[in-house]
Amino acid sequence: MQQFLDYLNSLGESPVSLWIAESTWAFPALEVVHIFAISMVFGTIAIIDLRLLGLASTRRPYSEMARELLPWTWGAFFAASICGSVLILSRPAGYFENTDFRLKFACMALAGVNMLVFQFITSKNLASWDRGAPPVAAKVAGAVSILMWIGVVYFARMTGFTMVQGGV
Amino acid sequence: MEGFAQWLGDTSASAVVQKTLWLIPLMQTIHIICVALVFSSVVMIEFRVLGYTKSGTVAETARRFVPWIFVGVVVMALTGAVLIIGEPARSLPSFEFQMKMLFLAIALVFTIMFAHSVRRHPDAWSDSSAARTAHSTLAIVALAAWCAVVIWGRWIAYTVVH
Repeated sequence: MQQFLDYLNSLGESPVSLWIAESTWAFPALEVVHIFAISMVFGTIAIIDLRLLGLASTRRPYSEMARELLPWTWGAFFAASICGSVLILSRPAGYFENTDFRLKFACMALAGVNMLVFQFITSKNLASWDRGAPPVAAKVAGAVSILMWIGVVYFARMTGFTMVQGGV
Repeated sequence: MEGFAQWLGDTSASAVVQKTLWLIPLMQTIHIICVALVFSSVVMIEFRVLGYTKSGTVAETARRFVPWIFVGVVVMALTGAVLIIGEPARSLPSFEFQMKMLFLAIALVFTIMFAHSVRRHPDAWSDSSAARTAHSTLAIVALAAWCAVVIWGRWIAYTVVH
């Protein structure tokens, strides 16, 4: 563990880290791109989740929505990951040791497991409800997904407060 | 504006927001989730207008997503108001905040004009009329203005408070 922390600390001395630390605009600029990307991730996932919960788009075929939206979700997720990684580089060890930051990734991991369960088990009988009300298992998947992503946003915001005195 | 911010910061309501430790992060979380919902709704309309997505008509897409924009803006106004009451000096006198509000007004005007135009000419997409160009232009300007709102909004946190 100490070796890993040493590694993170040395990572924090990298040219990219120093650039972010010294620049007045690099950190907020990366945050802005991160916000655009996570907005698309959260928004497109929420559209799908609300469909699974039977609360919106109830007459749209699920398969059509998924086909249309999920490539944008993944594209935005990729962009958010890149920006997020560079933001972490500003203080790698500090983020790694931050409890809120860990909880954010725990929520994201659970959202990922939920997605895999839905993709490979729950949606097997998709044809029977593609144009209608989803079964209970699909509703549960939608509810778990939206709650976990709300958790991701909450703990990400809390990380801003616990990493910087006074919060930004 | 600075005088008003000073006065608001000294009210008991401001003290309550500042002393309730969980209130500001909770309000910000709701605010960010609304940013996501509003921005995604704007982009969904944009994608349909530009043909990146093809299902349903532009009018249907607008009907589906425009209400989310307005509900999201109302919730953001409420949560934003709590944040302003808590720390008026951080936002009200800030140039970034004032620019955010300016672009919010522009974004709202163009979004309302877009929604109105689509409602009046729902079939504009089936022919290549002038209404189609009008819809596209309104949607693109609205998206650009919403992007500016997000950018100025994030920069508020980096304002040097004098």
